[in-house]
Amino acid sequence: MAQFKRRDFLKAGIAGILVARQAPVFAQQSQVHWIKWNDFVPASDELLRKSMLPEAMKALGIKINLETVNGNDLQPRVTAAIQSGSGPDVFMLFNNHPHIYGSSAVDVSDVASAIGKAQGGYYDVAKANTTEGRKTLSVPWAVIGAEIAYRKSWFDEIGYSKFPETWEQYHDAGKKLKAKGRPLGQTLGHTFGDAPTFSYPYLWSWGGKEVDEKGKVVLNSKETIESVKFMKTFWKDAFDEGGLAWDDTNNNRAFLSGTISATLNGASIYIETLRKPDQYKTEGGKPMKEDIRHSPLPKGPKGQFGFHLFQSHMVMSYSKNQKAAKEFLTWIHTPANYEKWFVSQKGYSTPPTAQWEKHKMWDEDPVMAPFKIAAKLGLSPGYAGPPNRKSAEVLTKYIITDMYAKAVQGMSAEEAVKWAAEEVGKVYAGS
Amino acid sequence: MFAAKRSRILEREDALAFWLLFPTLVLLTLFIAYPFVRGVWLSLTDATVGEAGHFIGLRNFQRIFDDSIFRTAALNTFVYTGVTTVFKLALGLWLALLLNRHFRGKSWVRAFILLPFIIPTVLSTLAWKWMFDPTFSVFNWLFWKLSIISSRINWLGDPDLAMTSISIVNIWRGVPFYAISLLAGLQTINPDLHEAAAIDGANRWHRFWYVTWPLLLPVTMVVVLFSVIQTFADFQLVYVLTGGGPANATQLFATYAYQIGIGTGLLSEGAAISLAMFPALLLVVVFQLWYIRRVENR
Repeated sequence: MAQFKRRDFLKAGIAGILVARQAPVFAQQSQVHWIKWNDFVPASDELLRKSMLPEAMKALGIKINLETVNGNDLQPRVTAAIQSGSGPDVFMLFNNHPHIYGSSAVDVSDVASAIGKAQGGYYDVAKANTTEGRKTLSVPWAVIGAEIAYRKSWFDEIGYSKFPETWEQYHDAGKKLKAKGRPLGQTLGHTFGDAPTFSYPYLWSWGGKEVDEKGKVVLNSKETIESVKFMKTFWKDAFDEGGLAWDDTNNNRAFLSGTISATLNGASIYIETLRKPDQYKTEGGKPMKEDIRHSPLPKGPKGQFGFHLFQSHMVMSYSKNQKAAKEFLTWIHTPANYEKWFVSQKGYSTPPTAQWEKHKMWDEDPVMAPFKIAAKLGLSPGYAGPPNRKSAEVLTKYIITDMYAKAVQGMSAEEAVKWAAEEVGKVYAGS
Repeated sequence: MFAAKRSRILEREDALAFWLLFPTLVLLTLFIAYPFVRGVWLSLTDATVGEAGHFIGLRNFQRIFDDSIFRTAALNTFVYTGVTTVFKLALGLWLALLLNRHFRGKSWVRAFILLPFIIPTVLSTLAWKWMFDPTFSVFNWLFWKLSIISSRINWLGDPDLAMTSISIVNIWRGVPFYAISLLAGLQTINPDLHEAAAIDGANRWHRFWYVTWPLLLPVTMVVVLFSVIQTFADFQLVYVLTGGGPANATQLFATYAYQIGIGTGLLSEGAAISLAMFPALLLVVVFQLWYIRRVENR
């Protein structure tokens, strides 16, 4: 019998690899590099790292490398990755940003439609932000509900035992509170979350729109001017005027230190007081968590609206692990797996499909209940027009927020609206 | 024989010069010339993130000059650079003159003066952000305790004050560079010249104006040149403090280019905004280099 030496074995092996042009199966394990923001609920990132991802790796036979970065750093990272044609396989994106990077996205219709079908259907906001024609640009992940966190006892003191339902009532309450040294807090600065989640729904509630249903720019309208006029006095009478320079974290600190009475925010303020009841107390020495309630933004003449930070995951077209990336997204959205993550968020994130409204977690803490339907009521920037990259451009240029910022700084309402309408017009007119 | 031939080649001055310059040339081509040419090309296309785009001539430049935010950013950049340069030069020169004297602990003080320049910009700017914080500003607290103010100063929220605030931080960071560079220049001036002038009856001001200043001018021009270029293209400081807000009151060329190129994905328009800085900077550089040469040849 001919002897098969070790050297022959190696030769045959290498020849086999060269002929097949791929490494043997055991060395081919796919690696999925997933990049997402640093969660405002750190326990959820810990859960992913410590238990969920090891489980996924075992179940799928792939390696998953999770990288977390500051929310503001996702855009520079995705731009660099697309331009160089290499980088993470799965990117978390905010709001309507998938439309900006649509040409570098793998169509994930198969993954998303299966999840949507099985879990009660996606909310409109999820569909608008992630679909372009028949292509699904990214898989909806979650909505960070933006609600007004307010100090119940302080509103009770000025006669508002029920939270103001209209802007007029909110103005009146804010005026009384500011007179007591407890103003409302809101940013009108250049920051990705809290600024647009206030300025857009505020505009919509007055009947103002960036574009109409057909995409025609209609911002310079009587309704928009009314909204800006109201804001000018509202700001002076009721708000902490430092808000023009706030980023997404300033209002959290101001609220927790007791210098403002109410602010539009994710649930992170309340969750922080739950986490550290001994640190955050009311002036009476009671835990602050007991004095916090949540409410949606008040109604305007044309209704009540919301805009919530939306998150989705894009599989990149340059990725060599597209199949594994899709398998991973399917796995993590499987109800049994997604539920673990969702529960760890304690209501900070609302899932993008309707089925989760019925989850028992929402009954555990009535203070968190208003977040349950946040995603259902939310609209995406560019409303009432079709979702596209133009609205993403207007959003990233902060034109709508700056329209209000200019007015509260002294520009006339008509001038501020004219300026914003011209800027929006240029964006939509551009090729 | 081969070694002899090689040594003969190296003996030729032009060949030797070429080979000595070659590594620098490669580095300059790779990291300066190529990105610059690529930037110019990008600005002449309609490229967006992930799409190479087509040649569209100067349409991006037309678009940005028609953009009111760009015009605000351009004006802001000139004001910011002009104001901070004057202050940095005046304070830096004053500090350099003080440090040029003899006093105890001189070397310690000189080392400490450099601290703002040594600390990474983002870190020191974050500390300033806290000091200017609308709610927790230490300045406001101090002024309030000293009964100087009765209501809070909105350092970063008021458009004019925001510009003043970012200028203060830039000046704070830039003064050490001026001070140390000018101090080095001062130390090269021969003390005999001062003595001779003093003997001739020149007072302090005369000695500064007729002896120190003319001799310090070439160094000053180089320092100003570097500083103007850096300030004109400043990004980190504004990005951390205000992000260009409120309502673009502190938007500069670099921050706006970043917002358009990275935030909005319009790479070609972002490149055009970056390149719009180029003619202004080129003029400054040409003028200053011409001036330095004139002073040196005098």
